[in-house]
Amino acid sequence: MNIVTKLLTAIRGSAREIGEAVVDTQSLRIFEQEIHDSKQNLEEAKSGLTEVIAKKMAIERRLESSKSEISENEGYVVKALEKEDEALALEVAEKIAGLEAKVEEQIVELDSYVRNTEILKTQIKEAEKIIAEHERELAMVKTRESVQSATKSVTQTVTANDSAIGSARESLERIKKKQQNEQDKLEAGIQLRKDMEGDDLEQKLKASGIKKEKHSAEEVLARLKKK
Amino acid sequence: MNNLQELSNQLANYEFKGHQFSCLTIEGDYKVLRVEVSELEEMPIFLTITETQILCISYLFNKDEIFEAKQAELNQYLLELNVPMPLSAFAVIDDYYAIFGALSCGSTLDSVSDELVTLAANSIDSLQALEEFIK
Repeated sequence: MNIVTKLLTAIRGSAREIGEAVVDTQSLRIFEQEIHDSKQNLEEAKSGLTEVIAKKMAIERRLESSKSEISENEGYVVKALEKEDEALALEVAEKIAGLEAKVEEQIVELDSYVRNTEILKTQIKEAEKIIAEHERELAMVKTRESVQSATKSVTQTVTANDSAIGSARESLERIKKKQQNEQDKLEAGIQLRKDMEGDDLEQKLKASGIKKEKHSAEEVLARLKKK
Repeated sequence: MNNLQELSNQLANYEFKGHQFSCLTIEGDYKVLRVEVSELEEMPIFLTITETQILCISYLFNKDEIFEAKQAELNQYLLELNVPMPLSAFAVIDDYYAIFGALSCGSTLDSVSDELVTLAANSIDSLQALEEFIK
């Protein structure tokens, strides 16, 4: 089961009692401790690996020197045989036999170190993967937990206090009313500007004498003269 | 940005794209900051700071407030709206439909303000867009 599936299961499981924490603090602490221990084991495995690699290198060096010692002594045997000194040749050959036995042992030892190195490397990789996965899991659980507590606090605030949140319908009506007000204000503004622009034009027309004042002194006088 | 009181103080003296913030701290298990964005006051935002994130939630409506027969259609609609809606997402918390946004605790005051203004605007837009579902 992957993390997301586990988490979904946890969400579904706790949805019925949303207030309840997914994982109680105790098991969370145990999980944290497990991660901590795994990290410590990993560190030990890493330093173990360094040690094994050092040993492997040492045995490789010893193997090399044993091999060169063998070829050196093989030269001596040939030379002893050339001098027809069978006894000396035999003595050197015995030494070579001993060295060859040693080389065989060293090869076996080297093999085991090589294998150990591989095993340790695989184990370290595996452990690193598991630790990373667990840390991610822990982070998700913690996040989920804190989000749950946080949303719980918010919901409590919202539900405990009637004035904190009104009904959706009321909010909608308020929003609409405000928008209508704004629209009205906008239209009033446009109308006002139109009126003012109109006034402006009238003034100009009057000033140029194209449009006459409705109640001018001249008109009154002219009207009276006709009587 | 990991202290709610400090954030509240900073928001009180901040202006973002012509909007101001009016904040009220509510004590509880988790301190909650109730934020009203000026000109978008109808939909207050509830903000909490957790270990991992700053969480901003605005409550749209209770399940009781929607037409039961239309609930499946509403859910489908909300899922479709989720991605195109900038910065915010829809969610269900207990019996409430909500709209929310989450930010990193390392967010600047500007980012938090942007989130609050966007969320309040999205909340108002959503409520209007979802009017046909509301009783």
